[in-house]
Amino acid sequence: MSLIKETDYGTPTSRSQETVTLTVDGFDVTVPAGTSVMRASMEAGIQIPKLCATDMVDAFGSCRLCLVEIEGRRGTPASCTTPVEDGMVVRTQTGRLKDLRRGVMELYISDHPLDCLTCAANGDCELQDMAGAVGLRDVRYGYEGAGHVTARQNGEDNPRYMPKDETNPYFTYDPSKCIVCSRCVRACEEVQGTFALTIEGRGFESRVSPGMSESFLASECVSCGACVQACPTATLQEKSVIEIGQPEHSVVTTCAYCGVGCSFKAEMRGDELVRMVPYKDGKANAGHSCVKGRFAYGYASHRDRILNPMIRDSIDQPWREVSWDEALGFAASRLRGIQEAHGKEAIGVITSSRCTNEETFLVQKLARAVFGNNNTDTCARVCHSPTGYGLGQTFGTSAGTQDFESVERADVVVVIGANPTDGHPVFGSRLKKRLRQGARLIVIDPRRIDLVKSPHIAAAHHLALRPGTNVAVVTALAHVIVTEGLHDETFIRERCDWEEFQDYAEFVADPAHSPEAVEALTGVPAAEMRAAARLYAQGGNGAIYYGLGVTEHSQGSTTVIGIANLAMLTGNIGRPGVGVNPLRGQNNVQGSCDMGSFPHELPGYRHVKNADVRAIYEATWGVEISPEPGLRIPNMLDAAVDGTFRGLYVQGEDILQSDPDTKHVSAGLAAMDCVIVHDLFLNETANYAHVFLPGSTFLEKDGTFTNAERRINRVRKVMAPRNGYADWEVTQLLANAMGANWNYTHPREIMAEIAATTPSFANVTYKLLEEMGSVQWPCNDANPEGAPVMHVDGFVRGRGRFIRTDYVATDERAGPRFPLLLTTGRILSQYNVGAQTRRTDNVVWHSEDVLEINPHDAELRGVKDGDWVKLASRSGETSLRARITDRVSPGVVYTTFHHPGTQANVITTDYSDWATNCPEYKVTAVQVSRSNGPTDWQEEYERLSARSRRIEAAE
Amino acid sequence: MDLQDSAQDITERTAEIVSRNAQLEGPLLPILHDVHHAFGCVPDAAIQPIADGLNLSRAEVHGVVSFYHDFRKSPAGRHTLKLCRAEACQSVGGDRLAEDVMQALGINWHETTPDGRITLEPVYCLGLCSCAPAAMMDDTLHGRLDAASVKDIVAEASR
Repeated sequence: MSLIKETDYGTPTSRSQETVTLTVDGFDVTVPAGTSVMRASMEAGIQIPKLCATDMVDAFGSCRLCLVEIEGRRGTPASCTTPVEDGMVVRTQTGRLKDLRRGVMELYISDHPLDCLTCAANGDCELQDMAGAVGLRDVRYGYEGAGHVTARQNGEDNPRYMPKDETNPYFTYDPSKCIVCSRCVRACEEVQGTFALTIEGRGFESRVSPGMSESFLASECVSCGACVQACPTATLQEKSVIEIGQPEHSVVTTCAYCGVGCSFKAEMRGDELVRMVPYKDGKANAGHSCVKGRFAYGYASHRDRILNPMIRDSIDQPWREVSWDEALGFAASRLRGIQEAHGKEAIGVITSSRCTNEETFLVQKLARAVFGNNNTDTCARVCHSPTGYGLGQTFGTSAGTQDFESVERADVVVVIGANPTDGHPVFGSRLKKRLRQGARLIVIDPRRIDLVKSPHIAAAHHLALRPGTNVAVVTALAHVIVTEGLHDETFIRERCDWEEFQDYAEFVADPAHSPEAVEALTGVPAAEMRAAARLYAQGGNGAIYYGLGVTEHSQGSTTVIGIANLAMLTGNIGRPGVGVNPLRGQNNVQGSCDMGSFPHELPGYRHVKNADVRAIYEATWGVEISPEPGLRIPNMLDAAVDGTFRGLYVQGEDILQSDPDTKHVSAGLAAMDCVIVHDLFLNETANYAHVFLPGSTFLEKDGTFTNAERRINRVRKVMAPRNGYADWEVTQLLANAMGANWNYTHPREIMAEIAATTPSFANVTYKLLEEMGSVQWPCNDANPEGAPVMHVDGFVRGRGRFIRTDYVATDERAGPRFPLLLTTGRILSQYNVGAQTRRTDNVVWHSEDVLEINPHDAELRGVKDGDWVKLASRSGETSLRARITDRVSPGVVYTTFHHPGTQANVITTDYSDWATNCPEYKVTAVQVSRSNGPTDWQEEYERLSARSRRIEAAE
Repeated sequence: MDLQDSAQDITERTAEIVSRNAQLEGPLLPILHDVHHAFGCVPDAAIQPIADGLNLSRAEVHGVVSFYHDFRKSPAGRHTLKLCRAEACQSVGGDRLAEDVMQALGINWHETTPDGRITLEPVYCLGLCSCAPAAMMDDTLHGRLDAASVKDIVAEASR
């Protein structure tokens, strides 16, 4: 193992198909037209000195170090801003160039501290490297003149000196080391798209300024780390490097936060993680990152992490730390005991979208092969199960159709019920980049998300619909497309079922579905809906990206079908730049669905009632598999309350906090005889658990995650599991304690079993992943290198299927007692239930959940900004602080659910999607009133969780 | 000009200036000039409405404003005297002249006389090298200056 050094070509790659041949220092090199001389030279293996150039951002030409001589041209042009030409003869090292470069470096160093030995960037500093490269031996200008380096100079206060800004929890800004190359400013603009930084002043007074001369924390900075990555000196430096020192080896792995699945280099010193650095060859992120993946890994070593197994007889007792053998024996005998007394259907598992494919596969195998039932479900139940159903029904596969890169070719982007700049920030940045290049944007969301308007981005249309009316809006869009003849008949005739299309066309053409007819219902002006439909149908490549704002409704599946219909109507399927793309919430939610986590499906989305599929697993596992679908999570909880379901193994999921109607979840859990929680922390669900099995982090195990674009990425172990075992080993130990005889020694063996039994994974091996970096399923003989775009020559199911999308209003309605509609969402710095991010410094950005409320509604209730308010629904009540904003329309309130103290899901109801039981998180009728502080329920819960987290002192 | 412009007043008047200029090609500088004209400076409170109106970030607007020394952070005196300090003027006694002027007005560079009458700013070349030392009082150029003639100019301006 060694430190992976990625080549910096200085300027971005050119996409031109034409090539140009030139000579650099006597060597011929052929590159695409539009490439810079600097990049061409690097391709030839010759590195031209540079400071302001880096290949993540466009050339700038400010440092004057990369000068070259070109035959037939006067002077010494900068190689970064000079494009190659055919027959060009370039010389990178002549007497004149050497003198010029040394002179430039002298000027830089005359205003830079000479503290290299004690500098955090020592060994990783481009300024240091360039001083060496140009042979700097002397600085003739001395250090007595005006400068930015020291607080006092020549016995007086130095007005140019600026102290270090340490406000950001993860990195520091030390202006005394800044060479004003503008790389950070350009990274913030071009890569991240936030535009939080600028150069203020001019000439010698030029300084990097966050916001308007503010601290980083007070500015708009989102702490994505792109500037830190771009900085060639120690000016912007990770605090972890300042504390620990430079890393000595690195391992490429995959982020364990959201469904974007960014590749990172985990840079290590021994077994200590020094920093996470985004990996440029990572196909999902192309060298970019967000605050979570880049910096928020501190939870892995947080003091709350539990490292020893624990058990207790009942949940009112304190926990007792025991050996692995005792914990597993206790769990196995309880589960077997339940099965003997109440039948084999009385226990089940919940797999985790946070764990690897291999681990998920083992957990569902535990249910099917060891428990002997199909009682397996996963958190996708509560997020994207309607995606699986809707896209499966219409297209034939339960997954997004594109890779992320596809957005770079989109002309019209429709974002429905998703907030990419907060929920999927790295994809959000890629999307914003495309929008700045001129793509048009349609946002369909009740809330004015950042994409609607932020620097250099503005949506062409924002359809601020009333929560719960997605189907009406999507159908109205289809109405416009069909009645105005904007549909792509050729595509439909070639690819889809014509009869079904005619039926669907007849359905949507009904004037009852026109924008004018549904305007009163949806709250969206008809003219806006018509304009949006026309733009999507006629604006070129149309790509739809959607999130949980689509799925988490009583008609979630219907909306997904409606979206698929829109794409088929307009022929926006089967090529780069178009498609239907669910933005998956969790790192491996796609994978956990693929791996057969659902109670009715074996791996690869094959129904358990199919005897031929069961036969494959029966032969491999040597057991009989039940043909009856098992229980879904809500059914498990219902059955638990009824007393027929009594034991549950939950891996890496906190159903108490994340699932709707908290009181019902807690009642179900409390009724069980054996709840096994396998997690990093004593999460909220563990308050009701009898066995706690400590989990391992993504840094501590091998495996694979599958991201939202179906990309199978390797997760690589960078340190030994602090709890002793990787999660797949724990599941194996539990299975063996229950009498199975599993002998996996490495996750690659589990992947081999997955590939051997699942057609869409047939050719996936760790060897292939090692060679290709990653691969997008289906990966089989038909697609040996995977499939970035699906449905290219035809739909997977044969012909695309149009299905009618009748709007049925949810039963959850605003009325006199609960006049407002609550919708829930995410914030950038926190992740899901916050179990990880709350245990990092990310809390400086979001330390509590707040309720966004429109000024009109706030005034009616006498609520001021920052007041405590009580939020009540039919299910329950909680209290939190109010934030008054016009991001939400009158009648709509919004909050996040990252903090257990708020427990926003006490409010949400048990209504759910008609097809998949995905809960209706996005619509709850509520009332808001002023309050003094936490509700009785919150205080009671606080007491309960403190009580149930007690751990008995070891003897 | 009212020195007590409230932040809300600045926001509203700036937004009006932005909408008046928004259709121009490259509207930021014309807007900043108008704002400067309206308030005698570019107040911090004007940055956000400009950024909102042009869909820029606050940082970007701040970067442009701070690049130009002539966009002031706070209003100047009623008149601004810019004395040239570049090489040609220095060669014919510009520095000496500057000292005399500062002494006569009782202020240093960038400062305003206590009665709010004159603000003294340095300038680096007015393109009037043949008539050095040169200065500019508000929008009027003056050449071949000495302490006495500067005094006259100042006196004239104060009337």
